[in-house]
Amino acid sequence: MIVKVTYPHMGYMWICVKAMLEYLGVDVVLPPPSSKKTLSFGVKHAPEFACMPLKLNLGNFMEAAELGADTIVMAGGCGPCRFGYYAQVEHAILEDLGYKYQLVVLEPPEKHIGELLGKIRHITGNRSWRQVIRGVRFGYHKAQAVDELEKMAYYMRPREITAGETDLALNRALKEIIAVKAPEELPAAREKAAQIMRAVPLDRQRKVVRVGLVGEIYTLLDPFANQDIERKLGRMGVEVDRSIHLSEWINDHLFLGLAKNMRSSKLAKQKALAYLGHFVGGHGMETVGNTVLYAEQGFDGVIQLLPFTCMPEIVAQSILPKVSADLGIPTMTLIVDEQSGDAGVVTRLEAFVDLLMRKKEIREGSVKCTVI
Amino acid sequence: MSLKVGIPRALLYYYYFPQWAAFFNHLGVQVVVSRETTRGLLEKGLRSTVDEACLPVKLAVGHVLDLRDRVDYIFLPRLVSMARREYICPKFLGFPDMVRNTIDGIGPLIDCNLDLYRKNSSQYDFFYAVGKMFTRNPVKIRRAYHASLEALRRHCLAMESGALAGETAPETTPAHQNRTGEARAGDVNVAVIGHPYNLYDRFISMNLIKRLKENGANVLTAEQLPEQMARREAQRLPKKLFWTLNQRMIGAAYHYFERPDVHGVIHVASFGCGPDSMTGELIERYARKWSRKPLLILTLDEHTGEAGMVTRLEAFLDMVRWRRNLADAAAATTTKIIAKKAEETTGAPDTSTGVFAAK
Ligand code: SF4
Ligand code: SF4
Repeated sequence: MIVKVTYPHMGYMWICVKAMLEYLGVDVVLPPPSSKKTLSFGVKHAPEFACMPLKLNLGNFMEAAELGADTIVMAGGCGPCRFGYYAQVEHAILEDLGYKYQLVVLEPPEKHIGELLGKIRHITGNRSWRQVIRGVRFGYHKAQAVDELEKMAYYMRPREITAGETDLALNRALKEIIAVKAPEELPAAREKAAQIMRAVPLDRQRKVVRVGLVGEIYTLLDPFANQDIERKLGRMGVEVDRSIHLSEWINDHLFLGLAKNMRSSKLAKQKALAYLGHFVGGHGMETVGNTVLYAEQGFDGVIQLLPFTCMPEIVAQSILPKVSADLGIPTMTLIVDEQSGDAGVVTRLEAFVDLLMRKKEIREGSVKCTVI
Repeated sequence: MSLKVGIPRALLYYYYFPQWAAFFNHLGVQVVVSRETTRGLLEKGLRSTVDEACLPVKLAVGHVLDLRDRVDYIFLPRLVSMARREYICPKFLGFPDMVRNTIDGIGPLIDCNLDLYRKNSSQYDFFYAVGKMFTRNPVKIRRAYHASLEALRRHCLAMESGALAGETAPETTPAHQNRTGEARAGDVNVAVIGHPYNLYDRFISMNLIKRLKENGANVLTAEQLPEQMARREAQRLPKKLFWTLNQRMIGAAYHYFERPDVHGVIHVASFGCGPDSMTGELIERYARKWSRKPLLILTLDEHTGEAGMVTRLEAFLDMVRWRRNLADAAAATTTKIIAKKAEETTGAPDTSTGVFAAK
């Protein structure tokens, strides 16, 4: 039996997972990009106080079912945050709604590595392990390529001469990466994508403020969930840096940090210890630690993103004001839920960016505080 | 003068206070408990926490503030894990840090980790670390530790026989005290499922348990089931639940839904509670699919009004009694059709803040 596999969206993650699965000959049915409609499905059928990623996952699955998907592949977890039980709750809801999904949860292999491998086999059919490993590497390299382009865009957006040009280029560049079907072709495509980006004219002298983005991984990575905060900030003249990228996450969690010279969450966790003495699930420690790191690196401000009711981030949120006061870095917390309106977010971001700009000007002495 | 350790009347105070108190008493340390919850105490907590925190955490901060300046240490253990491969909640993991970083001049905290996540881990490590702060004599610590285990054992037995957590006095409650006589005075049996710090704080629960009793209901709780039993029931889940408290809650819910002598179930959740949002959903779906017993879902937050709750409780109890009578009648005449008809006319569930998830 040929299974049609789907998986939830999280930003550009689909590019990497699709590459991996299709390389292994798996039939992939991608859910349509997350939209208001996706969210409304989730809101209707998920528990009211579930965190937003669960609601979007659920909407993704419902929409993918319409396109013929019959198997869900998801990661699992062993707590303490809710993600480890997402798949089970989502499946129970889908079942009650009459969907006939088969559920494959890839649990972290704490006890039986055999079980995890067996599940991968189940999805990929009779591929050799060597092929499976190659597929995973292919996906990983695509994630790296996407991350590289996103990082270029962070630098470019606040400096572009013609508004919107960076994002046009980014979309074209991403298409180059998406189109690659074989690992050998990836380096050339990466080069071409980079050229597309470099062709955008920039004003490198322009004064910008730098803001670090920290918080819950889904909200950080998914532009729909975070209301496209990176683009919004870019347009306001902010160069952002996101504390988590997919390839780094893969390296940390799946390859156990094997790829060196890459940013790792280890350092962030060390930095967090002065304020938060124990891991709290999700990325709570990273949020605190990265805020410290951004302050040390001279960033102008930090924005924390989290979905309403996200437990690890609420712990971090309680601690950030202290970090901010100790290290003199302004922080702001943005909580997203299904009701967050676009206008409200823009106003808050503008006010924050305004504050950062003024602080910076005073610091650099371009505004003289004249004492009469 | 002996040192004073303050224990906030919040969070897992309701399960472990007798144990903690026994331990400190045996070390010659005086225990001070924060005052019972009042509006004012809660307000203090609200002012010192982020809006997004759940009510129990806000309240716990209020209790911590109540102890400030009255004690030498505040006992705020980091309850990482109370059972193998389980946690309680991310907020329990971070609670001491939330307190330390939000309240200036809070004074010394005892925040040693209690972590039973791994195989072969023992509570003793935790108690030893705490004891060392007060005595250098390891024998004394060991004795206090054993006394604490004994107090915990009695407390658990007392809870199983119907005493309410938080009301069993440390070391004095006779373990065999039988409360079933009193507990069976009402005409219906209602199971109340929720976190201990929601159910047993009279202010927060708005006296839910007492109210039920006054209205002729016998109250059954998750704590009245032996731990192993709740765990066994929870094994019906497709995957082991890694939150200890919620595992107990869901196991108890399954148990009570199936027990013929239980007529209705109340699920008490905190507004914005992560684990409750997940297990509450599973319980509700289970009830809808497999049970005809009425289920009332109460969500508590700092704005919950007493009047609203009373009305809903009364409506719920009416429903419970009506349904029970129906069931009795159906059983008597063995005409199941009647029950079915009635079921169709019961009306659609109201899903806004709480529902009668009865079909
Ligand atoms: S990290 Fe936050 S948003 Fe993500 S699953 Fe956990 S509680 Fe939900
Ligand atoms: S379990 Fe729920 S109510 Fe308890 S601390 Fe965690 S989020 Fe709050």
